[in-house]
Amino acid sequence: MSLFQPTDEQDLSDMLRSADAPVRVLGGDTRGEYSDPATQISTAKMSGIVDYVPGALTMIAKSGTPLSEIEALLAKEGQQLAFEPYRLGALLGRKGSSTIGGVFATNASGSRRIQAGAARDFLLGVRFVDGEGHLIKNGGRVMKNVTGYDLVKLMCGSWGTLGIMSEVAFKTLPAPELTQTLVLHQLDHAQAVAAMSQALGSSYEVSGTVYLCATQSLYLRVEGFSNSVSYRVTALRALLGEYGEQEVLDHDASLAFWSDLRDVSPLKEDKGDIWRISVQPSDGVETFERAGFRTGFYDWSGGLIWGSVAAGTDLRARLGHFEGHATRLRGLSETVPKFQPQPEALARLSQGLRKQFDPRGLLNPGLMG
Amino acid sequence: MQMPKADLAIIARKSEILARLAAVLPQDSIISDTGELRAYECDALSAYRCPPLLVVLPKTTEEVAAALRICNELRVPVVPRGAGTSLAGGALPTADCVVIGVARMTEVLEADYDNRYIRVQTGRTNLSVSDAVSEHDFFYAPDPSSQLACAIAGNIAMNSGGAHCLKYGVTSNNLMGVTLVTMTGEIVKVGGAYLDSEGLDLLGLICGSEGQLGIVTEATLRILPKPEGARPVLIGFDSNEVAGACVSDIIKAGVLPVAIEFMDRPCIRATDAFSGAGYPDCMALLIVEVEGSEAEIEDQLNRIIQIAESHDPVEVRKARDAQDAARIWLGRKSAFGAMGQINDYMCLDGTIPVTELPFVLRRIGELSQEFGLDVGNVFHAGDGNMHPLILYNANKEGELETCEAFGAEILKLCVEVGGCLTGEHGVGIEKRDLMSHQFSQDDLEAQMRVKDVFDPAWLLNGAKVFPLEASERRRLDLARYAAE
Ligand SMILES: Cc1cc2nc3c(=O)[nH]c(=O)nc-3n(C[C@H](O)[C@H](O)[C@H](O)COP(=O)(O)OP(=O)(O)OC[C@H]3O[C@@H](n4cnc5c(N)ncnc54)[C@H](O)[C@@H]3O)c2cc1C
Repeated sequence: MSLFQPTDEQDLSDMLRSADAPVRVLGGDTRGEYSDPATQISTAKMSGIVDYVPGALTMIAKSGTPLSEIEALLAKEGQQLAFEPYRLGALLGRKGSSTIGGVFATNASGSRRIQAGAARDFLLGVRFVDGEGHLIKNGGRVMKNVTGYDLVKLMCGSWGTLGIMSEVAFKTLPAPELTQTLVLHQLDHAQAVAAMSQALGSSYEVSGTVYLCATQSLYLRVEGFSNSVSYRVTALRALLGEYGEQEVLDHDASLAFWSDLRDVSPLKEDKGDIWRISVQPSDGVETFERAGFRTGFYDWSGGLIWGSVAAGTDLRARLGHFEGHATRLRGLSETVPKFQPQPEALARLSQGLRKQFDPRGLLNPGLMG
Repeated sequence: MQMPKADLAIIARKSEILARLAAVLPQDSIISDTGELRAYECDALSAYRCPPLLVVLPKTTEEVAAALRICNELRVPVVPRGAGTSLAGGALPTADCVVIGVARMTEVLEADYDNRYIRVQTGRTNLSVSDAVSEHDFFYAPDPSSQLACAIAGNIAMNSGGAHCLKYGVTSNNLMGVTLVTMTGEIVKVGGAYLDSEGLDLLGLICGSEGQLGIVTEATLRILPKPEGARPVLIGFDSNEVAGACVSDIIKAGVLPVAIEFMDRPCIRATDAFSGAGYPDCMALLIVEVEGSEAEIEDQLNRIIQIAESHDPVEVRKARDAQDAARIWLGRKSAFGAMGQINDYMCLDGTIPVTELPFVLRRIGELSQEFGLDVGNVFHAGDGNMHPLILYNANKEGELETCEAFGAEILKLCVEVGGCLTGEHGVGIEKRDLMSHQFSQDDLEAQMRVKDVFDPAWLLNGAKVFPLEASERRRLDLARYAAE
C-alpha cells in the first residue's frame, strides 16, 4: 500500500493524471472505510486557513485543515459551523482528526440541520481535481451565487467519488449567546415524535430535537439572545404541558449534551453495525420498529434515526421498500452496500456523472455504487 | 446578445411536429397560431424577442413526458417556461423551438403540517404556495419580489432568492424533492419528504440548472411556521462606506435579521419622489427587519440601533407598528417601479463580498460618469447581492448597447473583487457571454459535461448559460443529429 500526500493542487493534479490504478481518498482517515490495499491519497498536507472574514460570515480553508483548528478559530470570533458536523472518530475508534474537506465530502450534518440547514447548505465554493487531473472551481466565497450549475452541492456528499477537493469556502454564523434545553421525560417513541413535531410547528425556533430511546427522554434545544431564549423556553413549556414532567438544562449542561451528541455518544458502548436512516418524521417510529434496532436515538424531528444492529445484518432487507434512505456508518460488508441503492433512473444519472468526472473509475470505486 | 441561427429544416417541419404533438396531447394544450405565439416571444428581459415554433401547455407530468418524447424523437429543441418573469432571458425562445410551459399545472398535491412540507405542481405561483398554507400559520420562505407572478418552476430553475433569504436561504435550501422529466420523456423522482440524499445530491444540481437538465413538474417544498411578528428599522447615513461598515457590524454581532436592504442616494431620491415614503435625504439607507415576539423584536431592534449609533447615522427610524413598517418598506418595494418611471432600466444582479461594498459602489459611480448613464443601487446588503439599476432610453439609438456594455463592466467588477456574475436572477442569455470572466475553460467544461449526462443531444434550452462558442461543438452535434 502506498500513501500519497500532495502538498498543493498541482501536485494533486499530477498524481491523478499519472495514476493508473484506483485510489482511496482520505481526509483525516477518521472513517476507516477501506480494508483493501489500494493506493491512498490524503489531503493532510494541503492544510491551512486561506481567508476568514468574520464580518462577511465566510471562511476559505484548504481541504486538509483539521476541523478542530477551524472550530477553534471560529470560537475566538464568537462564530461556529451552524450545521454542527457530527464526529465519528470516537465511535469508529479512529485516531485521526476530521478535516474540513472530509466534513463536506460526506455532507456530515448534525442536529441543527432541521433549523439551520445541512453542510451542503453552508458550502459556498469548491476547488477540486477530477479523476483526469483537471483543476475545477465552482461557486465562490459569496453567500448568493447562481452563476452556472451548482457543482458545489454535487461535490458535497460525493464522498470523493467525483474529485478530490483541495479548497472549500463556506458560510459561518455567530454562536448563540445562550443555549437552553427543555427535557421531557418518560415519553414513548410515538409521544416523542409528536412532541417534536409540535415544537417545530411552533414559531419558537427550536434548533435541535433528540429523543434517546435508552432513557426515554426528549431534548429540545432553544438558542439565541438571553431574553429571547427564556421567553421561548417558557412558551414551549406551556405548549408541551400535556407531556408531563419537564426539566430545563442550563447553558453549560446544554452545550455538554449537544457536544456529546455530535460524537454520537448514545451509541458509544455499542459494538454492532451503526446505521442512519432518513425518513419523513411521521414514518420514524414505524421505521425504527422495522429496523429492529437494539438501541438508538431519533434526531431531526424524528426523521433521522440512528441505531445499531448485529454486525453484518442486511438492514435494508428488514426495512423493505420505504420512502427515504439508510446508510451504514460503522461496519464493513462485502454484500450489503453502505449507501442506499438509488432507483434505476437516478443510479443511471449518477453513473453518468461519475463517468464524466472520473472516466477511468479511479476515485473510491465501489464506495457509492 | 446573439442567438444561434434557427434551424430552417426544423421550421419547415412545423406541421409534422404539430400533428405528432396533437396526436398525444389534448387539443387545447397546443398553441400554433402566429398571433397567439407572440405572447411567448420573451420573458422579462423584453429587449430580446423571438416567437417559438409552437407552445405546449400540459396539465400533467405524463403530458409533459409525452411532449418531450416526441420533441426528442424529432430532434426539436425545447425551451421550458414557467411564468416568463426571468430577467436573464432564460425563457427566451428560438424560432425553431417548442416552448413547454407549466403555467396550467397549478395544483397543490399535498400539504403536510406535521412533516412541514407542501407538494405542488410547479406552475403554481410562489405567493400562492404561501397562501395555500397560510391558514395553518405556515409559509414558504423564498420570496422573490416577483412572487405574485413567478412560478415555482422558474424559482427552481433559477434558484431564486428574495428579501428574506438572509435568514431562510434561497430556493435550493428550501427544496426537498422534485419530479423531473428528462429530454427522453423519462419521469424521474428526486428526493422527497425526507432530508438529504441517498447518493449524489442530484436535487442540488437540478436546482439552478436553468431548464437545461429536464422539465420540473412537481416539487416538495419545506414550509415553516410563521413568526409571531416582524418590524424594521430605517437607518440613514451620510456615506456608503459607513453604511457598509454598519452592515458588517450588525452581521458580526450575532443578530440575524431577516433582511438588510440598502439603497443609495439616486435610488432614495427616485423612490421617495415616486412613493412619498418620506425617506431622509441622505447618501445611504439601510432597512433592517427582525422577527419574533414583541419583546424579541424590541430587543433585536435596540441592539441594531446601538450598533448603528456608533456609526453616526443621520437618521434612525424604528417602526413602532405595522403602519410604520409599511411606510418604511413602501419606498423599497416600489424601487423598480420608481426607476421605471424615470426611464427604461436594466437590473443587474452581481454578488460581492460584503466588505467590498464601499469600493464597488464608488467604482460604479465612476463607471456611470464614463458611460454617461445614471445608475441607482438597491440591494440585499446582508448577503452582498447587488441590484444596480442602469437607466437608459430604449428609443435612443445605441443606448441599449451602451447600457449593456456598462452592465458588463459592473459584473466584471463584481467578479474581480471576489464575487460573481449573478446572485439570484440566473445567467440565461444576459450573462452567458461573461461566463468566461468568472470561469476557466475547464470550469465551464465540467458544467457542460453535466448537461451531457442529462441531455446528450443538447436539445433543452441549449443556447443559454454557456458562451455560444464554448457550447458550439455540442450544439452542432445536435445539428448533425438533426441531419441524420
Ligand atoms: C419585477 C421583477 C422582480 C424580480 N425579483 C426577483 C427577486 O427578488 N429574486 C429573484 O431571485 N428573482 C427575481 N426576479 C426574476 C424572476 O422572477 C425569477 O427568476 C423567477 O424565478 C422566474 O420564474 P418564472 O416562473 O417566471 O420562470 P421563467 O421566466 O418562465 O423561466 C425562467 C427559467 O426557468 C426555466 N424553467 C421554467 N420552467 C421550468 C420547468 N418547469 N422546468 C425546468 N426549467 C424551467 C426556463 O427555461 C428559464 O430558463 C424578478 C423578476 C421581475 C420581473
